[in-house]
Amino acid sequence: MPIRTELLHTIPYFSGLEETGINSISRHVYEKKAGRGELLLSEGGKADVLYFVVEGAVKVFKTSADGKEQILRIIRPGDSFNDVAVLNGGVSLVSAGAMGPVVLYALKKSDLEGIMREHPQVAFNVIRVLSRRVAELIELVEDLSFRHVTGRVAKMLLEYAGEKTGDRPRLTQQEMAAMIGTAREMVGRSLKSLEGDGAIRIERGRIIITNLKALRETAGIV
Amino acid sequence: MPVINGEKCQRCGLCVSVCGCGALKIVGGIVKAVEVDDCRWCTLCELVCPNGAITCPFEIIIEDDRD
Repeated sequence: MPIRTELLHTIPYFSGLEETGINSISRHVYEKKAGRGELLLSEGGKADVLYFVVEGAVKVFKTSADGKEQILRIIRPGDSFNDVAVLNGGVSLVSAGAMGPVVLYALKKSDLEGIMREHPQVAFNVIRVLSRRVAELIELVEDLSFRHVTGRVAKMLLEYAGEKTGDRPRLTQQEMAAMIGTAREMVGRSLKSLEGDGAIRIERGRIIITNLKALRETAGIV
Repeated sequence: MPVINGEKCQRCGLCVSVCGCGALKIVGGIVKAVEVDDCRWCTLCELVCPNGAITCPFEIIIEDDRD
């Protein structure tokens, strides 16, 4: 499939570029598709390709020696993954898996370096993207260190909720547990507790936030 | 309905055995969600599957009009 340049405009890396710049960059970009559950990146593997999600969602995670998974980020359309390993050199620091059918745009490390030299705006955009990434990771450390499990579940629900129509990928309890660094059973108990407090309602395949104020209080968000 | 990955499913039937509402059945040697309306989304099938072949994902939405 030919690269759709209008989609490149939506990627923060390429923000502020003129059409000629986008067209020049598009010649280096190639498309990759994957199905649900497919492993896109392996922790410790070669890191010479930067990926941008165009359609679908990707989870970025680390796996402990005993097989426990900690989700670091969910990558949605416009966002990128494998940035740190590609820019820093070395191997992939994380694994990445498709949460459903995904379409990715990929850029080789060697081409990215040339692009940043030719289009300095891209380098500035990369700095901005990575700074935001650091801020998100600091917040994750704060969550894991200071918030109790039900508070972390509440915060995750608030961050993940879509408005009525639901435009986000669905999450299993196992995925929720991996995102907040706890066991699946704890997520189940926390959800029951939040339902008992009237903050949410659990229906078939849906978690409905019925009281935002109560959920924010549990999450410790003012 | 629960999402079943046919490639991971080993036809052990554990999910069918724990399904308290009869929504899951083995049809032609394959586990299928046949009585979809009966499924209460208890997620026990997801919990017991030894191969991660069946998942019960949640959509998370806001319905609070007070905010």
